[in-house]
Amino acid sequence: MTLWREFGLQLRRALPKATAGDMCLAQSRRYVSHSATPWRTGEVANTHRWGLGTHKGLRPSSQGWKTAQRCFSASAQVAHGHITPPKPGEEINVTFIDKDGTEVKLQVAEGDNLLDVAQANDLEMEGACGGSCACSTCHIIVDEPDMFDKMEEPSDDENDMLDLAFGLTETSRLGCQVIMSKDLDGLVVRLPTMTRNLQASDFEQK
Amino acid sequence: MLDRAFVCTQCTVQLARRSLWSKALPFSARRLSSNATANRPARVAIVGSGPAGFYAAARLLSKHDKATVDMYEKLPVPFGLARYGVAPDHPEVKNCEDKFTEVATSPRFNFVGNVDLGNDLPLSALKPHYDAILFAYGASKDKELGIPGEKATRSVHSARAFVGWYNGLPEHRDLDPDLTGEEAVVVGQGNVALDVARILLSDVETLRSTDIADYALEKLSKSKINRVRVVGRRGPLQASFTIKEVRELLQLPSVSFDPIAKDVFPPESVINALPRAQKRLMQLLAKGSANDPKTSPKSWSLDFLLSPDSLHWSPIHPYHLTHAKFSRNELDPSDPYNPTSKVTPKYLSSGKPAMVNLPASVFFRSVGYKSLPLPGLEDLGIQFDTQRGVISNDGFGRVKSLSGSGEPQKLPDGSTITHLPGLYCAGWVKRGPTGVIASTMTDAFTTADTIIQDLVSHTSSGSLLHAPRDSTGLGWDGVKEEAERRGLRPTSWKDWQRIDAVERERGLQKGKVRDKFGRVEDMLQVL
Repeated sequence: MTLWREFGLQLRRALPKATAGDMCLAQSRRYVSHSATPWRTGEVANTHRWGLGTHKGLRPSSQGWKTAQRCFSASAQVAHGHITPPKPGEEINVTFIDKDGTEVKLQVAEGDNLLDVAQANDLEMEGACGGSCACSTCHIIVDEPDMFDKMEEPSDDENDMLDLAFGLTETSRLGCQVIMSKDLDGLVVRLPTMTRNLQASDFEQK
Repeated sequence: MLDRAFVCTQCTVQLARRSLWSKALPFSARRLSSNATANRPARVAIVGSGPAGFYAAARLLSKHDKATVDMYEKLPVPFGLARYGVAPDHPEVKNCEDKFTEVATSPRFNFVGNVDLGNDLPLSALKPHYDAILFAYGASKDKELGIPGEKATRSVHSARAFVGWYNGLPEHRDLDPDLTGEEAVVVGQGNVALDVARILLSDVETLRSTDIADYALEKLSKSKINRVRVVGRRGPLQASFTIKEVRELLQLPSVSFDPIAKDVFPPESVINALPRAQKRLMQLLAKGSANDPKTSPKSWSLDFLLSPDSLHWSPIHPYHLTHAKFSRNELDPSDPYNPTSKVTPKYLSSGKPAMVNLPASVFFRSVGYKSLPLPGLEDLGIQFDTQRGVISNDGFGRVKSLSGSGEPQKLPDGSTITHLPGLYCAGWVKRGPTGVIASTMTDAFTTADTIIQDLVSHTSSGSLLHAPRDSTGLGWDGVKEEAERRGLRPTSWKDWQRIDAVERERGLQKGKVRDKFGRVEDMLQVL
């Protein structure tokens, strides 16, 4: 183990920071899980205060800030869900409504999927299968049927997983399968409640 | 290791953002949780390291900033059924392990493997040192059919053991299933039954790069099985498999599917009126497979309305299973297409029960898993519901006191129950062995939220299991001594990382994702 970690650390040191992003593609993992040199954590400390600084890239609207009372990791280099920052003028607007009814408005780039976007912005969305359309944990509900119709039809595989989703609706999708495009500008999606509300029948002796 | 910084398990990039563990809580919750256990951490022991245990840990650590978790596991390695239950050809389902690995990077998380609680170490050794104990140890047995011949050691296997065998579970390393004949019968129509069928019917070459056990690959490559019958006692609408698993089997190359007999299948008018999920499943079953039975060397079928009756061996070769006898059933004629519809035995006009023989060279029973009471549960006042195979609980995950001792609590429906403070359950041992990982996750989150709520509301006593100052609050540090005294060799998360690395390395050499150690001794050998 020590040997592996050492190897990982040396690899990390050998790579310039700029190429760290490329490591996302490499499947080497886990062995460098404890690094002695935290990477850019200093920057994060500053950008993670509510309402502090202007964020490039993904940015919650001011309205989102006021109502949400949450903080969003935002600037391009610190966002994590493997998303790309939108180019100026090419931002696509998407609004998440979490289970408390809080709206989070984001601007995202074409080609990113909603699971990555949500996770990069610390929204409460699980992706148990890592976004490979093999579970139903990133279930989202498209708010407007018109927008749902604009999307590509879900595949059989996606529908198979949606069949298992809790609280399935007519406009349900899997977040990992919704790829943002210009047509979807203004998309509003809801996150269904993760924990179910208990019914009186749950307490019956079965 | 100076600093436990967060690193993405997908890409090894350090998480240069606010960590998972300091996730913003609503203001009120944050304030309360900091008061919850005065100034010391809230010690939670989780028994079991499968999806239920890990999802509960994830929730506890992210929503309660003083919660510290010690996770106990019988095996030296974590992940339970994610590692040993999920089929090797479903690697994407195992991706949940990435999340669990991220959970384990928390400084407030501690893994204690290779400790068989209840057997090697009594549960009572834990109690003095924790504020809450969460049981998430799953279902360690499978249900039996209770038919003559079932106990035979040759040619008759439990699907659970077979799954454990091909997944490299040490307990079933020596199963040695009989795959020398051509006909397999699987009794039960859940996803485990379909996993067994798929592994038996799959081209071995497609499994070679997965983390399937080497010995299983070797044995499967010599398998003569070319026909699998998956038999259920009820009809298509009452089967419990899910559509994904059916679709996979229908799409297996060179494997054909026997169309389902018309008389057991719901008519189109009924199908069209079904809820979405059932409707899609029925439509898929009606469509069947595109593979031509004439040109396909292997085939499978779903056989409905049959209850196993007995197993029969060749009179000449007493070790040679020849067939399984089934009795025919019929669905409640007044409501045959209801998913909860029951069946009754079918009788011939002569008054005799209708029977049918299905040829079988190997027989698997796959009628569900079963949780067992952990030895020593009663010492904590827990009564195991043997009828349902679960720890009696209030649905939120609080362990119910059947004897009436403990704290009375009012439920939303107005009734009152008493529960045992500080004791919780999640996953299959809480709600029975059904559902996919997503349902276990939801369920584990519910229990974790309940624990947090209780920790927060017990501000005065601080600890749930104990009166003030009764709990040492030491957690594993308090238990360790007793474990050492008993000569146990617990494995840490670092130990697991070492085993993980060696397994991957061994896999790399064989062109596989991972080459699992099939025996506990071998796992410990590399440490």
